[in-house]
Amino acid sequence: MSHPLGATSELSPTASTGPLLDATDLSVSFSLGSAIIARLRHEERVLHAVDGVDMRIDRGEALALVGESGSGKSTLARALAGLLRPDRGEIKLDGRVLPARRSRADQRKIQMVFQDPYSSLNPRMTVGGMLHELLRVHHVVPRAEVDAYSRELLGLVGLSEEALPAYPRQFSGGQRQRVAIARALALRPELLVADEPVSALDVSVQATILNLLQDLRAELGLTLLLISHNLAVVRHLCDRIAVMYLGRIIEVAPTETLFTAPQHPYTKGLLAAIPRMTFSEEGEAPAVQGDPPSPLRIPTGCRFRTRCPIAQPICEQQDPALGAGSGDPRHSVACHFAFVSVPAPRAASTGARPDKLPAGGVPDADGGAQ
Amino acid sequence: MSESLLQVSDLRVQIAGRRGIVRAVDGVSLEVGAGEAVGLVGESGSGKSMTLRAILGVLPSEANVTTGQVMFDGVDLAQLGNSQLNRIRGRKIAMIFQEPMSALNPVMRVGHQIAEGPQVHLGMNRAQAAQRALELMQRVGIPDPERRFRSFPHEFSGGMRQRVMIAIALSCEPSLILCDEPTTALDVTIQDQILRLLARLCRESGASLIFVTHDLPVVAQICHQLAVMYAGQIVERGQVQEVLTQPSHPYTLGLVRSAPDVDHVRSSLVAIPGSPPSLISPPSGCRFHPRCKFAEQDCIEIEPELRLIDASRATACLHYQRCEEALRAEGADL
Repeated sequence: MSHPLGATSELSPTASTGPLLDATDLSVSFSLGSAIIARLRHEERVLHAVDGVDMRIDRGEALALVGESGSGKSTLARALAGLLRPDRGEIKLDGRVLPARRSRADQRKIQMVFQDPYSSLNPRMTVGGMLHELLRVHHVVPRAEVDAYSRELLGLVGLSEEALPAYPRQFSGGQRQRVAIARALALRPELLVADEPVSALDVSVQATILNLLQDLRAELGLTLLLISHNLAVVRHLCDRIAVMYLGRIIEVAPTETLFTAPQHPYTKGLLAAIPRMTFSEEGEAPAVQGDPPSPLRIPTGCRFRTRCPIAQPICEQQDPALGAGSGDPRHSVACHFAFVSVPAPRAASTGARPDKLPAGGVPDADGGAQ
Repeated sequence: MSESLLQVSDLRVQIAGRRGIVRAVDGVSLEVGAGEAVGLVGESGSGKSMTLRAILGVLPSEANVTTGQVMFDGVDLAQLGNSQLNRIRGRKIAMIFQEPMSALNPVMRVGHQIAEGPQVHLGMNRAQAAQRALELMQRVGIPDPERRFRSFPHEFSGGMRQRVMIAIALSCEPSLILCDEPTTALDVTIQDQILRLLARLCRESGASLIFVTHDLPVVAQICHQLAVMYAGQIVERGQVQEVLTQPSHPYTLGLVRSAPDVDHVRSSLVAIPGSPPSLISPPSGCRFHPRCKFAEQDCIEIEPELRLIDASRATACLHYQRCEEALRAEGADL
């Protein structure tokens, strides 16, 4: 199948064999409140959104980054895309360290699709205007071919050429997201970072965008970093999954491994908390207790220990590193009790079965207590 | 089935928009039995929230109920004025909103917000109401209620704020609780906690529930009955599990099929083509026909009514058997 990106496919056999993207010890923090007050009090309120993350993305793979709000997944994505400057750590693309100030050529290589296509497109520019500007600024194709290339891009994301003179307001949410994807692909990126690309869309439209991303992967051999809180979406689309909690990656594994043999108690809880189409009779309630702690006050030791059903004294003292067990080297977990027999849950909620409203009962332990 | 607590019939809500009259709710009939939980599911703009708000007369100012009855406890709520409704709102029918931060008063201590209802509706004095608020905070799982009583909403996390909302809703022991996407803004682990909490509290208090959401699996966790809305109308109604596993409306089938399932990975998702129609000039006949793969000529001409196809199931599709055939042909369990 012919498509505009085919000519520059990055999949040529000469491409290097290492990972496409390799981030080490990446940290991003934000200072909160006034700088003057911070100086007066001799303390700074610093929010560690991303706190020492190592991450590798192989060429052609789709890696998912999942986690709850506040886990730092969007911040990490923005740092990778060069929209935020990390405080620490380095990002290597194709074996070359990206400088803090990226050149235009480097900027092109990682492109982003944002969550809300209602705010990520300039309302006063036509779709054609957006694409043309982008293509001219970055000299993607010769000037004479800009128009033809724009049309091809629209075709690639399933929009007709009639979209060129139209403004974003004339499109539905799903179509806008297609425009956003076309805009990201226009620069022939090596890595596409999609930050919750379907969560702002209607349920019936989400599937079309997910299918589009899947098709684009197959056609272009696109490398994808998909950020999502929806594990169903992720399972459908990605090869590997990284789970984030409070600024750290706490488990990485191939998709099927993560779903069938999760090791970290948080991953287990996250999987159990997903509502299923069928009511599960034997589910214990609730999957994870309490609220996530504030990223301003990250617990000592393991950061999940305050909500962890199997936390032990060691969890308070030692911060577990992300490491693989003896089995699959692609499966890494940051838990003292990963891949070993799990200690008995502390004061576990016992027995009572959750049930539908009138018939039975949901156990009393609704969490809340931290 | 138990005696019905709420009976909505032929409810219509119109919104005067700049480009014309939006028929946001167009002939919705709904029944809720005592102690029953009914899910109202649809995409944004399907009229599910408007239906919910119309029941309690809390529509936005540009929206009006044009016709319809809302029989509750032998009274037609649609005929009542604001002052009469105020005696029911919060007392017999309570509401839980999606965004607790905007539904709570930001400059009032949460304890006082919870105590307000019992003071106004149940004639409790301050001390009694405060005592009750503390009990409620305990019941909804807010840790350390004595200290949290004097906190303001911004000092709470999203999940805790929703617990406060639930405490307020329960404060006067209502017989019906209306929930407008109460867990949509929450993370999945917190959603899980809140759903279980709501289910337990409703069971304990015997309150009925109408639960509006776009999330089918959420409905499966908490509701008995399910009504699916499309373009201002209910297109299918029945027992939750039956509707979700054996849909008899192509729209329901499409919704169920287009959502990725955590437990079953399919090679590709079957999307519903097109997008929801304009409610200013909806399509003729069946409103779903432009997006429906089973549509025939009669679907364009005849506006189908919601009719019973067995004891508990109603559908507004002329060719509902097609769904069954499609499911059989696939041999699929959804």
